[in-house]
Amino acid sequence: MNRRLLAAACLAVAVLAGAAQAEGSRVPQPKFSVDTSTQCVAPPEEMRRTHMDLLKHRRDRTVHQGVRGGDESLTRCIACHASKTDGAAIGAPDAFCQSCHAYVGVKLDCFECHQGRPGAAAKMSARSP
Amino acid sequence: MSEVDKSRVAARRALVAGAAAAMAGVLLAPGIRLVEVARAAPGPNKPGEPVSSKVRWGLLIDANLCTEGCQECVLACNRENGLDGRTRPTDSQWIRKVELKDLRSGRKASAPVMCQHCAEPPCVDVCPTGASFKRADGIVLVDRHTCIGCRYCMMACPYKARSFIHETLTTQKPEVPRGKGCVESCTLCVHRIDRGERTTACAQACPTKAIIFGDLNDPESEISRRVAQVKTTQLRADLRLNTGVRYAGL
Repeated sequence: MNRRLLAAACLAVAVLAGAAQAEGSRVPQPKFSVDTSTQCVAPPEEMRRTHMDLLKHRRDRTVHQGVRGGDESLTRCIACHASKTDGAAIGAPDAFCQSCHAYVGVKLDCFECHQGRPGAAAKMSARSP
Repeated sequence: MSEVDKSRVAARRALVAGAAAAMAGVLLAPGIRLVEVARAAPGPNKPGEPVSSKVRWGLLIDANLCTEGCQECVLACNRENGLDGRTRPTDSQWIRKVELKDLRSGRKASAPVMCQHCAEPPCVDVCPTGASFKRADGIVLVDRHTCIGCRYCMMACPYKARSFIHETLTTQKPEVPRGKGCVESCTLCVHRIDRGERTTACAQACPTKAIIFGDLNDPESEISRRVAQVKTTQLRADLRLNTGVRYAGL
């Protein structure tokens, strides 16, 4: 009984310490303002690592075979991830795509050609299930 | 005709009608009926499915109906695809209105000229990266992800249909991505076709219905019926590129 209590106490201390470390961390984190009320197509940890692969796989099917839409299309990304302040995924320090790419120092080429703001069509497709 | 004969004819008619209805409902294989096969083939591809070579999209432009000086198709194209509509040598133009005049007779004709969506496209032949390609349904496109902006295709095109983007853009339409350093041309409103729409911006905007969009492979489509009835020409037919854009009354 005592051992179990001790284990629980240790766990509680560890969790509290973890939370304190995240709050008072000296490591800067990217800041962005997006609507986080809905769930992305995959968990955030997975999306951080694989979003570029999902997009690259999609793009050839879209351009060459005409298969458009779907959950992994760039317009769907932008429909949800546009900033709450100015409605774009790029162009502002708190824009979702730009803030994270600036943080990790990776060049963001998509928006040389693609529109970073959701259009009327993008908004509609985001609403439909 | 006697009463007996009449009733016999009526009975025979009923039998024929019933047989026709039964034939339509015949099961060819489990779950597949003749009606469904007839409806499915050769129909255009549905949204979400890869495009098929059973379809060949094209335009029929009737120069007899096209009004001299009218720019509605050009303006509609610019609006649809987010072009700024300027006509400097360095600006993109996907459609140009061309006015023709026969010097001997003085006969005038007017028609829009855009990418002719050739079956044997010279722009695809010369592209060093494979960025210029023809989709299975006959639409000639540039894959901007692989285009390096060398502009060989612009030189190879006999219709002067392609443009190069010289300046940074920020006002693209979400469904029509375009950017500096790539070659582009008429896409036959490919984003509309993939959504399942069956018209282009230019055809929709033409006030005299001089532009017809449709499937050249489907004998029942309006464009195929018109091509079968009226004499149509392909621009520079001597090059034997088998263009998807046909002209009547030139």
